[in-house]
Amino acid sequence: MSEAGVHIGVARARAAAAAGHGRAVPAHAPVDEDAIRTALREVMDPELPMLSVLDLGIVHRVDVTPGEGLIHVEILPTFVGCPALELIKTSIAERLAAFGRPVEVTATFEIPWTSERISPAGRAALLAAGIAPPGADSADAMGLAPGGLIDLEPRVPCPHCGSRRTQLENVFGPTQCRTIRYCADCRQPFEAIKPV
Amino acid sequence: MTATAAPPATALAELLRSMADDEFVIGFSDSEWTGIAPLLEEDVAMSSLAQDELGHAAALYGLLGELTGTDPDALAYDREPEDYRHCRLLDHGRGDWAMTIARRFLYDSADVVRLEALAGGTWSPLAELVGKLVREERYHRMHAGAWLDRLARADGEPRDRLIAALAELAPDAATVFTPLPGEQALLEAGILGAPMTQLEAHWRASIAPTFADLDLPMPPPARDPERGRLDHVDAFRWLWGEFTSVRRADPGATW
Repeated sequence: MSEAGVHIGVARARAAAAAGHGRAVPAHAPVDEDAIRTALREVMDPELPMLSVLDLGIVHRVDVTPGEGLIHVEILPTFVGCPALELIKTSIAERLAAFGRPVEVTATFEIPWTSERISPAGRAALLAAGIAPPGADSADAMGLAPGGLIDLEPRVPCPHCGSRRTQLENVFGPTQCRTIRYCADCRQPFEAIKPV
Repeated sequence: MTATAAPPATALAELLRSMADDEFVIGFSDSEWTGIAPLLEEDVAMSSLAQDELGHAAALYGLLGELTGTDPDALAYDREPEDYRHCRLLDHGRGDWAMTIARRFLYDSADVVRLEALAGGTWSPLAELVGKLVREERYHRMHAGAWLDRLARADGEPRDRLIAALAELAPDAATVFTPLPGEQALLEAGILGAPMTQLEAHWRASIAPTFADLDLPMPPPARDPERGRLDHVDAFRWLWGEFTSVRRADPGATW
């Protein structure tokens, strides 16, 4: 890992090795990156509980020291001031405690999390929950208009009826990662993931 | 992995402290609107802005704390008012909505220029953080710009109040670009991309079309360019009393 990586948060979430969450793995099960990532599919984001941390795209790096060594997970905060960060770190550490090894979860800004990192499955889960997912491609996701300003009116489809006749009501929403929009056809307000 | 040369620690600490204090003070000022903003949507917006800025401050105090071996909470809360190094632009009291918008526009437009000069810098902990901050600050700049436009184009009281706010802030408008102690070392180390005087010129060029379009007076040079992060006024002492009150009520308490 990069020593230069920014470790934010005072405490690094360390799990007690035998936390006993009733999900202990068989003694001889291999512990590799794939096994860790599979387990992380069960760790949901606290503010978007329909999304796992993997589908949200915040899992940056998984390192497993061979033998009985450390499991180290590096995550990318969605927003610098995300208040859920410590809870997410703790949730990951608690889930991985089932592997019976020391676990360390740290946050880094080595690369910026962007809304493009949300997986196709994650986008579908958001849509099903009535939250408009961000656009899939880069320019669309950023909503950039000429001159580098953000396009206030990108054609974000309504998650309820699919209409593209929607407008931005507030670029700031109930959490840092969401905006509030309104659909002119079904006349419903809805939340959309803020493109960053 | 990015190679990181030993940074000029003293100058870097001054840079981090100035940025962290800026974000902390404007974030706390924003939070004063929670519950009393003129529109419900702005209540949400100002609260979200405050959350963003205090998060940015926490990350910057975190870097400063690692650099100097100091607890980030102590940096935020345990200093005397005169030891804060935010720019004087942020010293003015909350005032009315026009004052808040004028201050936010001046600060956000300057902050974007400062961040661009730090992106790609050679001290990777800061350069990486800046890569994230610019993506969030862009929304702040957009929000302030939309409101500046709205107030400036409204006839009568909204425009009058905006003009009055800009006039009050004018002597301190450019203080984001106050030269830093040790600035030359930051330039030579490649941490800061250009001198503050040059960044101020970039900032002026960036806002000039907007000010011309809205027929607003451009900010003059700072009243006392060398002291733009010193000599904090009573309005800040009051704010300091507010944001340290819980901490001072029970020093050393844990939550």
